[in-house]
Amino acid sequence: MTAASSAPVLEVSGLTRAFGGLVAVNAVDLAVQPGQIVGLLGPNGSGKTTALNLISGVLRPDSGSIRFAGQAIAGMPAHRIARLGLARTFQLVRVLQGMSCAENVKAGLAFHSPPLSRSEIDESVERLLRRVGLADRAGVPAAGLTYIDCKRLELARALALKPRLLLLDEWLAGLNPSELLIGIELIRSLKDEGLSVLLVEHVMDAIRSLCDRCVVMNSGRRIAEGRPDEVLADPAVIEAYLGVSTDA
Amino acid sequence: MSPTQIAALAAGGAGLVVLALLPFYADAYYLSLAISLLQFTVLATAWGLFSGPTRYVSLATTAFFGVGAYTVAVLGEVLAWPLVLLIATAIGALMAMVVGISTLRLSGLHFVIFTFGLAELVRQLVIWYEVNKTRVLGRYVFVDITQSDIYWQLLALAVAVFAIGWLIARSRLGFALRIIGEDETVAKHCGINVTLAKVTLFAISAVFITLVGAIMAPRWTYIEPSIAFNPTISFQVVIMALLGGAHRLWGPAVGAIPLTLLFEFLSARFPSTSTLIIGVVFLLIVYALPQGVVGLWERVSRRKSEPPIAPQVQT
Repeated sequence: MTAASSAPVLEVSGLTRAFGGLVAVNAVDLAVQPGQIVGLLGPNGSGKTTALNLISGVLRPDSGSIRFAGQAIAGMPAHRIARLGLARTFQLVRVLQGMSCAENVKAGLAFHSPPLSRSEIDESVERLLRRVGLADRAGVPAAGLTYIDCKRLELARALALKPRLLLLDEWLAGLNPSELLIGIELIRSLKDEGLSVLLVEHVMDAIRSLCDRCVVMNSGRRIAEGRPDEVLADPAVIEAYLGVSTDA
Repeated sequence: MSPTQIAALAAGGAGLVVLALLPFYADAYYLSLAISLLQFTVLATAWGLFSGPTRYVSLATTAFFGVGAYTVAVLGEVLAWPLVLLIATAIGALMAMVVGISTLRLSGLHFVIFTFGLAELVRQLVIWYEVNKTRVLGRYVFVDITQSDIYWQLLALAVAVFAIGWLIARSRLGFALRIIGEDETVAKHCGINVTLAKVTLFAISAVFITLVGAIMAPRWTYIEPSIAFNPTISFQVVIMALLGGAHRLWGPAVGAIPLTLLFEFLSARFPSTSTLIIGVVFLLIVYALPQGVVGLWERVSRRKSEPPIAPQVQT
């Protein structure tokens, strides 16, 4: 690893969480530098989503430390972590079905501390909807959106928290090839604005084109860390995804 | 304000004046009926205030109601009336916070069972205290409060519960609760302190219920735990709110009025089988009107306003 230049936005070390006898996340180390996109990879069931849930405060870690922007957040309730500027989207997209698109975004704006003024909120709702490409959908009920528009709306709600770090849990999954290109561009533009991103992803094209670094997990453990092309060529990673080669 | 809003406000004001003057032209029977109607309107609306947005079914109504009644029974003769009501408010709020903090992390079903048990727990505690410490099981309530006074206080409380409900719906707390009702996990990740929001609302709702109990206590002149902590009240309030529709502020009142009249009629006409009939009514409402009268009304009016073609818009 190269010497760390500035302090990381997110620094996870020794993160562990077990469910009964199953150690879903086992002594995982991970860091996200400011302005970086870090990919969290691994086969299904390797503990990626659990790791995100531990970082965002849905679950409490059994042990290990999580530092976000210099502050220890392990075990903190989710709403306090969110207010510190750590936003996330969900593997199974979660929009507030009974509300309009504008209200969905407002949900991410209304509970800042200190609170925003009404005009700031209204102005931000418009800006964020435009940002994700839903400018003309403000009054539309979220229940009537297409799948990619639900994903866009969820991203707008996450961005409404004014995050310093964004956790994306398979945000690109389920998109068709042309939507995928739009999605990748959208995430890249967030990075260009200086946002740090930790993304769990299976779409290899997205990983290669977006990620500065990748961490690969298998059975709860970190098995590789480095640049995308390095880790994707790592024999241990290939073995984790595809099994042991027989014609060696 | 738009002309329709002014008209609605004027109509509401006029209606309130007519209601406020009722003790001057109604006889004792109708005054007593009006008290019952107001009592259940406030109870059901206060219940819906919490249970509507959060979808937690609380059976603790009688616990708070009884605590309010007992506050009056113990302090009514000692302290000035406004002070008694103030103390009832404080006790109701405190009890709701303790109960809320310890139970609102539970899932919906556990919460129902806990709140049902709470009423019984408080009742047994009062019985234990009265038998072992004060050595009386019943108390007389001698306070200088007439039936008309009870009516006016309940009317004022009804106005207050609607005003507070209206204000909450327009506040940050109201918005937070709508989000919690939609998806609690999303609410947390929007920076909402979910437990605090729920406990706050539970306490506001409980204060109104406690005050109804306190205001109603002088009506009985004699109270004992089985009267003050009557579990039927909890169930009646749930049925009323569900009949009307708990997701709208005025929904529970829509259910409270016809059902109070029905229960009044049943207990006069079929005193021995009234609980059985109430149970059947409960089942009918839950199966036939899961969204309540308000939900049915909204569905019908939506169908009228929308063209019948293209039920789903796909883009």
